[in-house]
Formats: sequence, structure tokens, C-alpha cells
Amino acid sequence: MSRAGTPANPLRDPRDLRLPRIAPPCGLVLFGVTGDLAAHKVMPAIYDLASRGLLPPGFSLVGFARRDWDLAAFTEVVRDSVEAHARTPFREDVWRQLAEGLRFVSGSFDDDAAFERLRETLAELDEERGTGGNHAFYLAIPPSQFAAVADQLQARGLASAPDGGWRRVVVEKPFGHDLASARELNAVLDEVFPRGSVFRIDHYRGKETVQNILAIRFANTLFEPLWNNHYVDHVQITMAEDIGIGSRAGYYDGIGAARDVIQNHLLQLLALVAMEEPTSFEADALVTEKVKALSSVVLPPRLDLATARGQYAAGWAGGHPVAGFHEEEGIPASSTTETYAAITLGVDTRRWAGVPFYLRTGKRLARRVTEIALVFKRAPHLPFAPTMTQELGQNALVIRVQPDEGMTVRFGSKVPGAAMEIRDVSMDFAYGGSFNEESPEAYERLILDVLLGDPPLFPRHEEVELSWRILDPVLAAWARQDAAGRGPQPYASGGWGPESADALLARTDRAWRRP
Amino acid sequence: MSTPAGTTTSRLTALDDTSAAAIASALRAARKEAGSPAMGMVLTLVVVVPEADAERALECARRASLAHPARVLAIVEGARRGHGRVDARVGVGDGWSGEIAILTLHGEVVDHADSLVLPLLLPDSPVAVWWPTRTPEDPASDPVGRLAGRRITDVLAAPRGRRTLLERVATHYAPGNTDLSWARITSWRAVLAAALDQAPGAVRGGHVVAERVSPGADLLVAWLSARLGVEIDRRTSSGPGVTEVCLDTASGPLVLARTDGRLATLTIPGRGERRLALPRREVPDLLMEELRRLDEDEIFAEVSARIADDAGGAA
Repeated sequence: MSRAGTPANPLRDPRDLRLPRIAPPCGLVLFGVTGDLAAHKVMPAIYDLASRGLLPPGFSLVGFARRDWDLAAFTEVVRDSVEAHARTPFREDVWRQLAEGLRFVSGSFDDDAAFERLRETLAELDEERGTGGNHAFYLAIPPSQFAAVADQLQARGLASAPDGGWRRVVVEKPFGHDLASARELNAVLDEVFPRGSVFRIDHYRGKETVQNILAIRFANTLFEPLWNNHYVDHVQITMAEDIGIGSRAGYYDGIGAARDVIQNHLLQLLALVAMEEPTSFEADALVTEKVKALSSVVLPPRLDLATARGQYAAGWAGGHPVAGFHEEEGIPASSTTETYAAITLGVDTRRWAGVPFYLRTGKRLARRVTEIALVFKRAPHLPFAPTMTQELGQNALVIRVQPDEGMTVRFGSKVPGAAMEIRDVSMDFAYGGSFNEESPEAYERLILDVLLGDPPLFPRHEEVELSWRILDPVLAAWARQDAAGRGPQPYASGGWGPESADALLARTDRAWRRP
Repeated sequence: MSTPAGTTTSRLTALDDTSAAAIASALRAARKEAGSPAMGMVLTLVVVVPEADAERALECARRASLAHPARVLAIVEGARRGHGRVDARVGVGDGWSGEIAILTLHGEVVDHADSLVLPLLLPDSPVAVWWPTRTPEDPASDPVGRLAGRRITDVLAAPRGRRTLLERVATHYAPGNTDLSWARITSWRAVLAAALDQAPGAVRGGHVVAERVSPGADLLVAWLSARLGVEIDRRTSSGPGVTEVCLDTASGPLVLARTDGRLATLTIPGRGERRLALPRREVPDLLMEELRRLDEDEIFAEVSARIADDAGGAA
């Protein structure tokens, strides 16, 4: 495990599985500390890492924002966010260690003097707290501002590390809004930061279950023989949210469900389900297989018949009256942004040819759930009378990503009694029931991976480009529909989406599962 | 913290003068009543403990079970005199994340606890046994120990003879054995390993300072000297636990010191002094660490061999 150029540390041994990976001396500069992401996710995750002893002594967190704060005010902000959102209990001694490493730089992204102060602050930290020139820049800001920040960092010489140190940059989705913009964004970052130092965070990938998909598929013999078009009829990948767009109108209008969720999360899940076995669990081997899977994805010829979209209408959801999408503050009446999207994809490989993959996502649906369902073909012959199997559906294997992570297998079983009657039953595996180990929040794992320089959980730019390549024609088709006056269909809040989505599956005699 | 569906608090069922079959059926009934006949539990944890220490040990096991849903079989050893009798209290929930069976043994059955444990093990899944206070002579050949793949002792909690007990545990090392003293020093080892990354060059020697009786310190000495191939001195302080580790590196002394059992100071040559939280860990936390992996701990094997060698040489 030695780093290049230094002799192996005799206290480390790959067999020593008790020793946690502790980040090397380093600091994190957080842009956008005033945003929800920083307050709800990033800062609490940093505290949790500290409390688990995974941050190096001397770890420093520098906040950068256009606020007139002094250090005390910033410290208060961090403390509030930690107390409200951290997973691990608040401990004064852990907090004190973390607080010693807090710094704040006030300024806007076009303020040269502010970035000069940032440079001085980092130099001081290297001196005082031994961060050793290792700094990660976390851009928790809208992508439109990436270029400004990247230019400033480059101009101050902050983008490249001194000898023996490193610089990394962390960006959040969305990685662009189409292929062209994704490339542009990538060019901005690539120009300034060395290759391999850009970490794109997609927090679903930190989820244990996503990694568990790989374990289920490739560590067992039980499932893989069924994992193909001989047995699988179709695959449904769902990410439903019960909330509306809330206060995110500014971000959401013009983006919509497909760009917000399908492009990254659902296509990543598709890749994990569809990919072939990687040669190893290493980042490169995984990416190779995922890229192959994404490259094999094809769109059906008639996009109007193979996709559906909708906007939630006012109504009742979960016992509360809710506003419709067009009544949300900041959404113009003319908005054709979809809050529900469903698309049909094919995967043109020997394994998957002929098996449709249905991807759907929406806001203000009946409940919050993310799952992948492999629905199996019916048995080619049933040695039972039709009356016996009336209640027998298709077998299904469902990987529940959230909430209640785990897996469900649905199959038919005899109903006890004199008559022969077969009905569907569920066999449930709850991840939390067998391993109650407190699973770290996705952001903890992701931030630690950034600080350790471990890339496996981060989508590479190739994957981002490929997913836009899949989605772009759909978005173009929808734009044409809009121009023809056929915008997204309204759907009832608190339900399971628009009728057009049901019709989409009904065309091939299929139906969405109720997740 | 999630608990399996249905395992809300319920009282334990008492079974007097009972048998393994009756206990198994009471467990099944309790599961059904809790609403979930399926078993998510992935291991059986057997706790073998004298009656006087039972309450404290069970509280630790209960807290550890929150991280590792298990069937916990507590073998509470009463007096060995008289005819054999097993009293049980069994149930699910009640603060446990799996199933709990507290089996109080009296009389000659105390020496045949394995006959009670074997029928009650979960099918297929791993078995861990924990002796919270009494360390058997040779854990791997102990009748109950033989049923387990993971055998956890705790030298520090032994009522007496703690100085030589570690040597005995090390001498009788068998794959699957481990001691909570080893988990006690994991955070020290982690910080030291990370610190040494920043102090390049060979280590020439060092010392470990701890209170007089500290199996953790002895394990640290053995680990450091085995890994670094140098002499590590053991020095005495008033504690608590381990108070200082110093390594003489090519660039100067690397020191990790903790005098109050909570906050430590790490001094790396050329990089100044940093403070970090390094709290002493509680038994439930140590037990959780032990249950996290159930395969052989090869590093502990090496450290045990080192201690056994040194003991053999000294004798």
C-alpha cells in the first residue's frame, strides 16, 4: 500500500483488516457553504468522519462564501449543521478537534483579493497544521460558476500542488444538461486540474446496496444463470420521490426529471444490472464494463411510444393538500419541464437483446422508493388448470435500494387447503436485518475516497458522456412535442404517475410494479 | 438505527428446568408472535459467563447485537454442585436486535454446556463465543469453544493473574482466537500506521508506556517490534491504559501521547504537534469490532506468536 516514491510502511499490511483507512494530512475547501448541500450533507459527513477517527490530525476545513462572516460566525454555522444532521452523536472533544481546523474566507468568485486570501490561508494551514499542500476543493455550487472558480484557482496557482502534495476537485451532479454542455464543463475542469484529480460525486453510488448489486451478481451462483434474456422478461428501474420540487424551482425549471435523475442515477443502476463480470473490483475494470454496457444501450425507433412524461397536478398526497407543479413558486405557467419521466431502453448484447429496460422517475409520487425489479418470464408450460394459477403473477427479483435496503423474491406457492391454488408470495431479505452495522452515510464514504484519492465510486467522464448520448435524442423528441403543443401530461399528486406511462407498458401487455 | 420488523419490546418467556428442544420451540414461538417468522440473523453469539458477572456482560452483548443481529445464547454458570438443572429466559426484541436466550446452569450440567449450545446454533451461519471475564485454559479445545469459529477472550477483565494470562492466551493461539485487548489498541495502531507514513526512514527503536498491568500495551510492544524489527521497551506509568508510544525514526522521535484516556497529542518529526481524540473504547464497541470479521486475524496470530516466543525464551 505504499505510495509511489516512498518505501513501504512496515506497520501496514493488507491482511490487517482492522486498521481503518485514515486520510493523509489534508484540508478541504468548501465553496457554497451557505447551500443546502453543504449544510445537510457535506459538513455533517466531515464531522462523522472525524468522529470515526478517519480524518488525519490537523485536518482543516476552509469555508468560502460571499458572506460577511468572521471565523466565529462560520464555526457557529458548521456546528449548527453538524448538530442538526450528523449521524454520529455530538461529542465535544471531537468537535473541538474539528473546530481548531476551521477557517473562513469571505468573498465572491470574481474577487481576486478573496482568492489571494484563500491562497494565504492554505499556505498558513500547511505551515500551522501540517496539511502538507494536500487540498481538495469541493464545488458545492451551480455548474455555471465552475469556470469562474476554476480560473481563479488557476490564476492564484492553487490548482496545481507543490511537490509531494495533491489537489483534487469535487463536483456534484448535474454534470451538464446535455452532451455538449457536459463536454464543455469537462473541458473547463480538465484545462485547470490534472487528469484523474476531478471527482464527480453521485451520491447514490455510495449506497451500500449499489455495491451489493455487484456482490449479489458476481459472488453467487444462484442468480447469475437467470440474469439474461432466456429468463428475464423485462427490467423496471424506479426512483420515486414523494416530495415536490420545494424551493428548487430555479434549479429544476428547464432541467426536469430525466436530466435530474435518469441521466445519472438510473442509467448507472442500469449499467450495474446489465454489465458483464468485471475482471476485478478495481475502478478501471468496473468502468470498462459499465462503459461497455452503456455503449450497448439503444433507444426504440418510436420515441413517442417508448417514453412518457408528466407534471404533477394539485391534489392530495399522503393526507395533505399539495400544490401542482405550475403553482409552485418560481415556475412559469408555460413551463414544459417534466416532473415525471419514463423511458424504454434496449441493451443490444447477446445477454439482453429483446429485454426492455423501463426507467421511471418522478416527484410527488405515492412514496419515496428506489428499486430495480427483474421480472421473469412465465413458465413455458404450467401443469395446472387455469383456475389453479389465476393468482400467479410473474416471478420477480427486486433489489430495494432505498428505503429498507434489501432484496425481495416473488414466486408462487400453494395456498394451504384442500384445493390446489397457487398465489404469489414474497421472500424478503432486509439488509439491515442481517447486518445492522451502522452503514456510513454515502457522503462519508465519498469524501473519504476523495481524500484518499480512491476513485472507484465516482463516474468517469466517459460514463457521463455516454449517458447524455442516450438521453439527448429523448430530450430532442420531447422538445419537438412541446413545439407541436403536446407537452407533458398532468398526473395526480400522490399516485404513481401519468396515464401515458401506464399506456407505455400496456402496449406490450406489461404493467408497472407497485413498488 | 433500524431493528428488524416486529421486534418491538416484548417480555422474555421464563422456562424452568428446561431443555434445548423446549428452548428452541420457545424461540420459534417468540419470533412468530413478534410478527416475523423469518430469520435475518447471521450469527450465533455464545456468551459464557459466571453468574456474578452475567448482568454486565449481557448488557454489553445486547449493545453489540444492535450492530450484528445475532441469536445470543448466554450460558450463565451457577454452582457446579448438585444435580443438573437449566433455567431459561428466552425472547426476541426487548432491546435485542435478534433473539436472546439466557440459560442459567446449575450443577453438573455446567460442565456440559456444549450439549445445550449445539442444538441451539443457527443453521450454517458462523458461531462466536465470548468469555467476558473467565478465560479458558485453551479456548480452542474448550467444549463450547470447539463449536465456535470465533473465540473471544478478555485478558484485561480476568479476575486475577492478568500478567501471565496474555502469555497463556498467546501460547494457546489457534486460528479464530482473539482477545478484546487487541481491539482495545486498534485506534492506537491506526494512528501510528498513518503517522509513520509521514516520517520516512527506518525506525531504530522505541517504547510503549502504560499502567503496570496492560495487556494492550504488551500487544502493542509485540506488534511494533514484530513489524519494525527493532527492540521496543515497555515502561510503566499510572495510566489510564496506554499513555504513550514513541518511535525513534530517522528524522527524530515520533510520539503519540495520551494521559487522560481521551485526548492525545501526536508529534511527528518536522511536522509539529497535533491533538486528536483517542478515547478509550467501551466493551460493546470492542465486541462489535470482533464480530465484524469472522475469519482468522493473521496479524493477531503473528503478534501472539511473538508473545509466546518471548515468554518461552524468558522461561
